[in-house]
Amino acid sequence: MGLEEYKGVAVFAQQVDGKLSSIALELLGKGKDLAKDLDTKEVTAVLIGSGVKGLADELAEYGADRVILVDDPELKEYRTEPYAHALASVINEYKPEIMLVGATAIGRDLGPRVSARIHTGLTADCTQLDIGDFPLEPVEGKETKHKQLLMTRPAFGGNTIATIACPNHRPQMATVRPGVMQKADPVKGAKAEIVEYNPGFKPDNKYVEIQEIVKEVSGVADIMDAKILVSGGRGVGSPENFKLLEDLADAIGGTVSCSRAVVDAGWKPKDMQVGQTGKTVRPQVYFAIGISGAIQHVAGMEESDIIVAINKDEDAPIFDVADYGVVGDLNKILPDLTEKIRAARAAKAN
Amino acid sequence: MKIVVCVKQVPDTKGGVKFKPDGTLDRAAMLTIMNPDDKSGLEAALRLKDQYGAEVTVLTMGLPKADAVLREAMAMGADRGILVTDRVLGGADTWATSSTLAAAIKNLDYDLIITGRQAIDGDTAQVGPQISEHLDIPVISYAADIKIDGDYVIVRRQYDDRYHVLKVKMPCLITALQELNEPRYMTPGGIFDAFDKETTVWGRADLKELADENMGLAGSPTQIAKASDKVRKGAGEKVTPDSPQEGVEYIINKLSEKHVI
Repeated sequence: MGLEEYKGVAVFAQQVDGKLSSIALELLGKGKDLAKDLDTKEVTAVLIGSGVKGLADELAEYGADRVILVDDPELKEYRTEPYAHALASVINEYKPEIMLVGATAIGRDLGPRVSARIHTGLTADCTQLDIGDFPLEPVEGKETKHKQLLMTRPAFGGNTIATIACPNHRPQMATVRPGVMQKADPVKGAKAEIVEYNPGFKPDNKYVEIQEIVKEVSGVADIMDAKILVSGGRGVGSPENFKLLEDLADAIGGTVSCSRAVVDAGWKPKDMQVGQTGKTVRPQVYFAIGISGAIQHVAGMEESDIIVAINKDEDAPIFDVADYGVVGDLNKILPDLTEKIRAARAAKAN
Repeated sequence: MKIVVCVKQVPDTKGGVKFKPDGTLDRAAMLTIMNPDDKSGLEAALRLKDQYGAEVTVLTMGLPKADAVLREAMAMGADRGILVTDRVLGGADTWATSSTLAAAIKNLDYDLIITGRQAIDGDTAQVGPQISEHLDIPVISYAADIKIDGDYVIVRRQYDDRYHVLKVKMPCLITALQELNEPRYMTPGGIFDAFDKETTVWGRADLKELADENMGLAGSPTQIAKASDKVRKGAGEKVTPDSPQEGVEYIINKLSEKHVI
C-alpha cells in the first residue's frame, strides 16, 4: 500500500431524511483542525443518499472544501450494504489519509463494515483526535512516524483511556462520539467544490429489504443541545416526582435529562439518558439530582462547565466530580430552589 | 437451522483494570463474566432453538480460561462450544479478532451468526459487522427483535430515533442488543450436562482460512500508543447544610457568582 498516496481529511456527512445530522458538522469542525497540521489542508465531506445534493452548501458553510456526492435511489434509507459500497468506493477512488465517521447507530455499523472491506484499522468512539508522532516518544529500533492521527478513546466503561494509532494502513479511520467535537462557526455563502461520483449499485444477497420504518417521536428537546440540564436519577424516587425537576428546568431555562437507572425503571425514555450507553453532554450547567454518579454516567457528563450535585448520600461518587455538592433531601431543596431562581430571574428582568 | 453465537469473556468492569507493560490488557489479572450483550445474543439463539428447532454452537476466542463462558453457555442450553486459543492470536485488535473468528466460522456450517452488539471492555461494536464482511454475508446490527420466516430472518433494527423492520435471506449475521431479552439462568441439570458436553479447542493450525498477516498483535492495523487510568477532574466543594434553606442559599450564591442567574 502506498501510504503517501493518501491525502487530506474526509468525513462521512451523515444525513437522515435529507437532513444533516449534527455529527456531520461536528466532524467537519474537527476535520478542519486536523487538516491544519497536515500537508494537504483540504477537508472533504462524503455525502451519501438520494436527492441530497442540496445539503452541499450547508456542508460548505461548516467547513467542507469539497463535497463528494454519491446520490442514488438505492441510498434513500440507510442500509449497510449500499452505504458501505458507496463509502468504500469513495475511499478507494479519492484516497483520504483520515476518514472520520460519527459513532452513531449508523456509523457504528457502517464504519466497521467499510474498514474490514478496505483492510484498515478503525478506532471506535473517539473523544479526542490529534496529529502527532507515533510512537509518542522515540523508541530505539523503531521508526518514528510523523503526522499520524492519534485517536483517544475511553474503554472499560470509562475506567481507562487509550490513545491509538494506525501507522501502516490508510486511511486512518475513527468513529467519533457525538456531542464531543465542536462545530466551526458557519461561514454564510461559502461554497464547496462538488464532485459527483457513482460506483454503481447492483442489489445482491447483502441488500436487506426494509419492510417497515417506525419513527419514535418523543417530543423531547435534544438533551445534547441544552445549555442547562436538570438531570435526575433513581434517587428522585418516582416518575411523578420528576415534576420537581421539570419545574426547576422551567425556572432556569433548562431541559430535563436522566440517568440509566431511570430509563431501566421505565420512568423516562432512552433519548433522555446521559452516560456511556446514553448521550454525551457538555452543557454550561449540569444539575445531578438524586444521581449516585456511577462511572458510566460520569463518562457522559464530566465535561460540563459547572456540575451541581444534590444527593442525600454524602458518600455518593457524584460528589467526586461535582463543582458544587449539597448533601440533602432533594424533595425539600428543589421547590425552594425553583422559587428562588424564578424570583432572581424575574428581578434581573425588571 | 444452525446458529453460531460468538461470545466473549470480559473483565467485570466493576473491578479494577490492569495493564501489561506493553499497554495491552492484563486479562489474566481480572475477574471475568460473559459479556452482557453476548448473553442476550445467546438467549435469542436459544429462543429460536426452542421455537423453531436449531443447533446452537457457541464460539469464543481468548485465553484457555475462557472455556468457562462456553460451559456457562452450554448450561443455559447451547449444544456445543468451541474455544479458539493460541498464543500467536494474542493482542489482536478488532480487524485481527474478526479475521480470526471468521476463519473459525468457515470451519462450520451455519445459517445464522449472532454476536453481541459490543463488549463492555472495548465498547467498539466492531467485531460483529467485521466478521460479516470477512464472510461476505449481510449484517443487521442493533437487533431488538428476531423472527424466522422460512429461509429469511426478520429483524427489528434499532436506530436513535426510529426502527426499521428488515428482512434478509440467511445466512446472515445479527448483532444483539441487551434490550433484546432477559437471559435465562443456568439450570442445575444444565450445569451438570454442560460438563458432559463436548468443547472443542482450536489453535492456529486449525484455522486454515486465516492468513498469518491478519492475526494477533502483528496483524492488527491499530496499535496502542498509550493506555492509562482516566484522570478525572478533582472534586469541588461539598457542603452539608443544617437546613434545606441553607443548601438553597448556597446553590443560589454559586449560580449568581457564575452568572448563571
